[in-house]
Amino acid sequence: MNKLSLLLCLALLWAAPALADDHALEIVKKANQASYYAGKDGRADVEMTLTDASGGIRKRSFTILRMNVGGKDQKFYVYFREPADVSKMAYLVWKHVGGDDDRWLWLPALNLKKRIAPGDKRTSFVGSDFFYEDVSGRGVEEDTHTLLETTDDFYLIENKPNDPASVEFSSYQVWIDRQSYLPLKAKYFDKTGELYRQVEATRIETIQGYPTVVEAVASDLKAGTKTTNSFSKVAYDVGLKEQIFTERFLRRPPREVSGR
Amino acid sequence: MFNFKRKMQLVTLLLVLAGPFPAAADLGGFLDLRGGLRVQEPVAERDVSLLEGRLQLEADHATDLAALQLRVDLVGDAVNSGEALDPEAGKGILDLREAYALFAPHELIDLKIGRQILTWGTGDLLFVNDLFPKDWQAFFIGRDVEYLKAPSDAVLLSFFPEWGTLDIAYTPSFDADRYISGERLSYFNPQAGRVVGRDRQLAVAQPNRWFQDDELALRFSRNLAGVELAVYGYVGYWKSPAGFDSASGRAIFPHLSVYGASARGILAEGVANLELAWYDSRDDSAGSDPLVPNSEQRLLVGYERELASELTGSVQYYLEHMLDYSAYQHSLPAGMAVKDENRQVLTLRLTKLLMNQTLTLSLFGYWSPTDQDSYLRPNLAYKVSDDWLVTAGANLFAGPREAFFGQFTDNSNLYVGARYSF
Repeated sequence: MNKLSLLLCLALLWAAPALADDHALEIVKKANQASYYAGKDGRADVEMTLTDASGGIRKRSFTILRMNVGGKDQKFYVYFREPADVSKMAYLVWKHVGGDDDRWLWLPALNLKKRIAPGDKRTSFVGSDFFYEDVSGRGVEEDTHTLLETTDDFYLIENKPNDPASVEFSSYQVWIDRQSYLPLKAKYFDKTGELYRQVEATRIETIQGYPTVVEAVASDLKAGTKTTNSFSKVAYDVGLKEQIFTERFLRRPPREVSGR
Repeated sequence: MFNFKRKMQLVTLLLVLAGPFPAAADLGGFLDLRGGLRVQEPVAERDVSLLEGRLQLEADHATDLAALQLRVDLVGDAVNSGEALDPEAGKGILDLREAYALFAPHELIDLKIGRQILTWGTGDLLFVNDLFPKDWQAFFIGRDVEYLKAPSDAVLLSFFPEWGTLDIAYTPSFDADRYISGERLSYFNPQAGRVVGRDRQLAVAQPNRWFQDDELALRFSRNLAGVELAVYGYVGYWKSPAGFDSASGRAIFPHLSVYGASARGILAEGVANLELAWYDSRDDSAGSDPLVPNSEQRLLVGYERELASELTGSVQYYLEHMLDYSAYQHSLPAGMAVKDENRQVLTLRLTKLLMNQTLTLSLFGYWSPTDQDSYLRPNLAYKVSDDWLVTAGANLFAGPREAFFGQFTDNSNLYVGARYSF
């Protein structure tokens, strides 16, 4: 074997995992697009059912508006209906990919727009087993992705955090549908390598041509709690105006959430 | 009563204008039961600081012309039972929190008319440019913190061009704070030179002529690269009876104008805010009248961030700098307590969420290094179910009796409450 072919071999050995990684990254990007960026904008009513370890149930219900605003940045407006003590509160997010999000909470009884510190996105969203990050998406650049397996139906991707100190998992595996690119299941492993958390898409419908998760379940396997999210009245390209995502429409909820 | 009638007529007129309020309007609210006891021997006050039930009913309705909102509390108050109905002061069996109509006469304009809660500024339980009425009594006895904001009877005109937001709040008849008068909480009375309570309730002359004793508040705000910037203006009165009229022997609300600015944005994974204001005490421009507060400069700097999972902390520094201090010193009669030129206050807030965010432990503390006084507000709130919340907390004051928080030391109290929301 001459030097040139040795060099070629080495180069190929180098390139093989890099190619695989590129492929994995492409898949994750497509999955991210399919999960969080469908259409120019979207809306959905969400019913959350929180089941605690002893079977006790709490409910949340809210409407969520989402708009893509250039690049990968997005704006979210979450308008709460239930439980009664949070009724008419609103949560506003201006998501900046690669930077800190701007977040506000609207407290109608005080007529107050409270700015929320950026904070850990991997904390519970409204006390449920879903994290803030599950609602608005995790940046693809925050993990290193490896394609573990390709079956007839799925890509199985393993994701390892680039900044392990910033998250509670050591890795997570995602099963991504090869047709729709929707993530159908994610399993999270803690620092000891033990499976402790699972998020699953349990019902999928195609709405206006976009495959859409209309029911998802998140389980905390250690605490024994689980949360089911049911989405209804899902619509895309509803023609949201960007001004909806401002204080004016916190004070006066827009038709798109009040349903009037 | 005259005022109240006029206001009710206005509200009724608005409701008629906006269309009939159907019985099927979206109805919600809560039942809130609370009780509290003093932890110190009171000065001329009852031992029970709080014992009340509140039924809040809220309804809203949207017509093509306007959005209507009504929020009213029916109150049974055992501490001040038999109190005459005075919705202006939030006394009696009816506390009208909101009754307004919101119109959008133009694509870029909102107009909100009627009784409403108004809030702006960047402080956390400290107010620099927010000159809207506060209910200090409710705050100090342990009602839910939302009752710190008292309603205004006002017109709010908001203009939303591309380059910012302009809000103009006009209150045709001065809405004072629900201040500490001795009726329910004892306070330091400088004329008496001691802490007084029901034995010497504050006699007050309050401006109340419509369209003459009015207030105007303005804010222009805009977002610049993630930083929320605002400038403010206010023309009206000191919100609590800060002056004294020796001829009538009554406490008065001297004229006040305020000009200020604020900024709030993200800094090192937290939220930082800065707010400034110049308080122009127009009835004592030279600072030489000892019975009217001097002009002041006020400054607030704050920072909040997440400290650990489900644990948030914040700190604030607040300064009241008295202008014309030497004129004040010279004007003071012998024997009167002398205020410092600079009143400084530090605040700390810690909030911890536990048990899937159903249990909230929080502590808010004020401490003044200049007045050597403090006010601590520990609170525990547990959501038993989606409908029921139980809470317990305290309002603990300490310091010299002539200091701002210290004067309320004898009102320190513990409270418990339960709320059913529907």
